Amino acid sequence: MSARVLVGVKRVIDYAVKIRVKPDHTGVVTDGVKHSMNPFCEIAVEEAVRLKEKKLVKEIVAVSCGPQQVQETIRTALAMGADRGIHVEVSGKDYETLGPLQVSKIMAALAKKEEADLIILGKQAIDDDCNQTGQMTAALLDWPQGTFASELTLEGGKLKVVREVDGGLETIMINMPAVVTADLRLNTPRYATLPNIMKAKKKKIANVKPADLGVDVTSRLEVLNVDEPAQRLAGVKVETVEDLVGKLKESGRI
Amino acid sequence: MNSFRQALRLISPRLLFTYGRCRRYSAKTGAVERAITSFRSVSGDEGVSVGSAVREQHGRDESVHRCLPPDVVVFPRSVDEVSALAQICHHHQLPIIPFGTGTGLEGGVGALQGGVCFSLRKMDQVLDLHQEDFDVTVEPGVTRKGLNSYLRDTGLWFPVDPGADASLCGMAATSASGTNAVRYGTMRENVLNLEVVLADGAVLHTAGRGRRARKTAAGYNLTNLFVGSEGTLGIITKATLRLYGIPESMVSAVCSFPSVQSAVDSTVQILQAGVPIARIEFLDDVMINACNLFNNLSYAVTPTLFLEFHGSSKSMEEQVSITEEITRDNGGSDFAWAEDEETRSRLWKARHDAWYAALALRPGCKAYSTDVCVPISRLPQIIVETKEDLISNNLTGPIAGHVGDGNFHCLMVLDPNDPDEVQRVHSFTERLARRALAMDGTCTGEHGVGQGKRALLREEVGPLAIEVMQGLKASLDPKNLMNPGKVL
Repeated sequence: MSARVLVGVKRVIDYAVKIRVKPDHTGVVTDGVKHSMNPFCEIAVEEAVRLKEKKLVKEIVAVSCGPQQVQETIRTALAMGADRGIHVEVSGKDYETLGPLQVSKIMAALAKKEEADLIILGKQAIDDDCNQTGQMTAALLDWPQGTFASELTLEGGKLKVVREVDGGLETIMINMPAVVTADLRLNTPRYATLPNIMKAKKKKIANVKPADLGVDVTSRLEVLNVDEPAQRLAGVKVETVEDLVGKLKESGRI
Repeated sequence: MNSFRQALRLISPRLLFTYGRCRRYSAKTGAVERAITSFRSVSGDEGVSVGSAVREQHGRDESVHRCLPPDVVVFPRSVDEVSALAQICHHHQLPIIPFGTGTGLEGGVGALQGGVCFSLRKMDQVLDLHQEDFDVTVEPGVTRKGLNSYLRDTGLWFPVDPGADASLCGMAATSASGTNAVRYGTMRENVLNLEVVLADGAVLHTAGRGRRARKTAAGYNLTNLFVGSEGTLGIITKATLRLYGIPESMVSAVCSFPSVQSAVDSTVQILQAGVPIARIEFLDDVMINACNLFNNLSYAVTPTLFLEFHGSSKSMEEQVSITEEITRDNGGSDFAWAEDEETRSRLWKARHDAWYAALALRPGCKAYSTDVCVPISRLPQIIVETKEDLISNNLTGPIAGHVGDGNFHCLMVLDPNDPDEVQRVHSFTERLARRALAMDGTCTGEHGVGQGKRALLREEVGPLAIEVMQGLKASLDPKNLMNPGKVL
């Protein structure tokens, strides 16, 4: 099969870091904080690599949008097995306000330019939890979408996707080209090994600007305020059941 | 030599008297109350706790030793705070008990004489990663899985794997080992430097501040003195660790054997063949049966080896085929292997869930893991004798072992409310330890001495070595404040 897969990878604050809100409440502290590839994007890359190992896919292109640092994230995707990377340069204020709508326009433009047959994305990013980019990309391209994929198989030129939904698992059959978003149980991503990290240094990363793709990255959204969740208060001990019921009534819980 | 021994004899009676005291010195003199005010001025109100739930949490680990809560728990955030708090304890003569993750198996954190537990979980930074030098420095709140998660994009990992998600500095303190030791060594081989706060608050860098040479011939090996000291010589506040490259490929395999002897023979031959095996785990028939029941598997109920190979993808096939041939020559059967993550996990599930499978044999009971280690050639004999001992004493003790190191564990499942069974288990473990000692082995391969093996340590190393250890202890901690009642 000569399919080309586009995989989107996002650089986010590492999941193990304790997040702190900036004193001016415009966002969270990112300076000097450990960043890594969004865990769902890791799963997306892993799935693409497995498809290539099964010889169902010919080439994997890893894409990331952002400033210079996102090249590290693309390199990790290359070390996991992607063939080449595309760095869409977005920096400064544009990067701070970059969201699913702009990214999906960029992915759609790249999909056409690279003649991709399949786009695999993580279902959501762990910093904004939007869960929108995959769906918007499919809509812009007018392609079918298989979101929250926990299983993906190619059957005779079509994609069978098992989706994790609230009621359980839903299996759908969609035509290619298509957009798939990866859910947690799709696979367990491999670690980038040292030999593969070495090999990845030789793989190419192309630089592209959003304007080159005809995409305007101005945001229509303005973040008004970012706050921490309310601090957990100490509990109150009561002596008797009557006291407990009384307190619950007082606070309007019953 | 003679004058040295005479000097030790002058010190040791005083030490013996101190060790003999079990009453809570702190409660008697009210020293704790006076110290707490000073603690709060160092660590703030949030950094000091006398709540009974918090104290109980810090008075127990994952062993069967009963909970012995400290008088107070402090939560320092930096080595300077640890030093200041230690100085306060030193001034008031309060015992100091370092606490990492509480995942120990020998009661190492029990506050036998009360005192102050230093919970180090707030010091949780990974400092100074040097990728090209394969070293990293971590604080005590960093756990093994936490570090490997931090390192995942670098292609490096820290392979010492004792099972639990333990604090790395805690692992250094107990000289932890694990399933990977046959290939990557234990903590003894993988700690390059330690920052330790001594009982009087002094901060010691065992190999010199910031030093991380991969090898050194400089002076006495203080780093390895503290590795395995179980909190009795100082509080470890930083550890510099040796890292390894994540192997390009991992393959797991399982093989059944007609006897313990054939499984061990295979192990020896695999090692002799130069196969760089990463894990060789042995499960006896009782354990396999427990795993079958627990996980709905259908392994043949007979001694079984679980193997894991690490290396380049090209070398995997060769390693697997050499090993398969060896196992076949020794009567092994049902050799199964897998390379992808999910199938490997399935193959190894039996080994991973061994503890729970053992517990499930008798619901409502607790489990205690024995831990002896003998030269590999003596393993078949000791396992056979141990199984006979288990059967004749009507004890439940499925066996799992790191057979590549000669180390095995009997997972004793017992009813803690049955004093007769408790006594029989206790006697059994003593017999087992002495059996291992008689075969040139050790009474603890990886769990440490803690509270329960102090007498066995004396039998193992002999009275002179104990005197030397006591001398070192007296030199570093003359007031015996550091984790009293453990190791010696």
